Amino acid sequence: MQTQTVKIVVTGPFNAGKTELIRSVSEIDVVSTEKKITSEAEKIKNSTTVAMDFGRITVDDDLVLFLFGTPGQKRFDFMWEILSEGMLGFIVMIDSTRPETFREARSILETFRAYAPTPYIVAANKQDCQDAWEVEDIRVALRLDPSIKLLPCIAKKKSSVKTILLELLYGILEEMDSGKS
Amino acid sequence: MALKGNLREFSFIQLLNLINLAKKTGALYVEGPSEISKVIFREGKIAYAVIGQDTSNLLQILVNASLINPTQEALLQERYKNSSDKEKGIYLINSGYLNQEQIFSGIEVYLTEIIRQLFTWSEGFFRFETGELTPDEKIPARLNLENLIIEGARKLHEMEELREEIPSLEMALKFTDRPGMNIRNVNLSVEEWRVVSYVNPKNTIQQIARATKLNDLEIRKVVYALLQAGLVELIRPGGAPIALSGRRLATKDPAEQKSLVNRLIDRIRSI
Repeated sequence: MQTQTVKIVVTGPFNAGKTELIRSVSEIDVVSTEKKITSEAEKIKNSTTVAMDFGRITVDDDLVLFLFGTPGQKRFDFMWEILSEGMLGFIVMIDSTRPETFREARSILETFRAYAPTPYIVAANKQDCQDAWEVEDIRVALRLDPSIKLLPCIAKKKSSVKTILLELLYGILEEMDSGKS
Repeated sequence: MALKGNLREFSFIQLLNLINLAKKTGALYVEGPSEISKVIFREGKIAYAVIGQDTSNLLQILVNASLINPTQEALLQERYKNSSDKEKGIYLINSGYLNQEQIFSGIEVYLTEIIRQLFTWSEGFFRFETGELTPDEKIPARLNLENLIIEGARKLHEMEELREEIPSLEMALKFTDRPGMNIRNVNLSVEEWRVVSYVNPKNTIQQIARATKLNDLEIRKVVYALLQAGLVELIRPGGAPIALSGRRLATKDPAEQKSLVNRLIDRIRSI
């Protein structure tokens, strides 16, 4: 029997923790293309994801889940549509400590919703940092409807990432039950 | 005697060389596997080229060559939507947007790209119609062929080598279970990532090429690089080809779909 592959896309602004999330649960070394950052405004870390990250979770002999992370910097946003094709759902990562990125996160969320009407979840990352915004404050700032799943997240913790993935999958099941898929 | 034949016996590069040396004027038609191309020559130099229907217009060509920006293009397109490329060119020069040299360089970049695509055609009937000129509404270029012929000859050699490595585009790709190297250090280009996102045992390389808009040479190069990096391996395509339009799940049966998601949930819980 042929192996079936399914795809979940992890998106969000630059330095939101997308690579870290994938790295926490992927069973293979995450393939990522890192490049020296040239924009002064984005010199928070020394390198960023150029094309995308790619992780894998094998379910069994005939089912594999791929996790694709989108590029962090705006100038690579032409890759988004390609990556969103055929996705089961997507995760929008938010850097809870950088409110200046919330507007961009909202815009990314809207873009992905337009590409594919698939279930999604918003993960408020870096909740272990002292200056992280409260989840409900982020909801207000992002103008997220109460029905949209917004969860606290610490991307470097496997248990936290598992919760995010599970909530997304529960959302996908709910959508199937409602007959929308 | 009419200049006509098949690219299998007389390659596109050989044709270019002949037309260039003989300083011919006219149109070279090539009927490829899925499209027809037309290249107009004037005294052995390329004046105009098109593959399939000609939907190009000067403003788009200049945007692609980064000579004007998309905002300028939209503005000019609206204002000159009923004008020919020649009229648009005259306006651009008179209004100081660009000079004549820049317009020709933009057109030459565009023509070069078309010729590069034609280098990868190895099958198809060709015929040369003497005397046919560039359509009136288009700006005729004078693209020298010498460098293109050398580049094409190199590509032909490269293509022959790649054909030996990847003999058929009807093969499929799968990710290797245990890549033979530390893939953390692998750096991929944008084209390689595009291909990676379509890797699936049910998609043939040909289908991936179509979905990613890569020609035969480009897809072979990318696949060869991924093979060399140990990321993928070649396999026979399995089952019916899946639509590349991006279906989320292979099955349409709701019960099977739910079962699949439940299996994913169980697996994530067990991590």
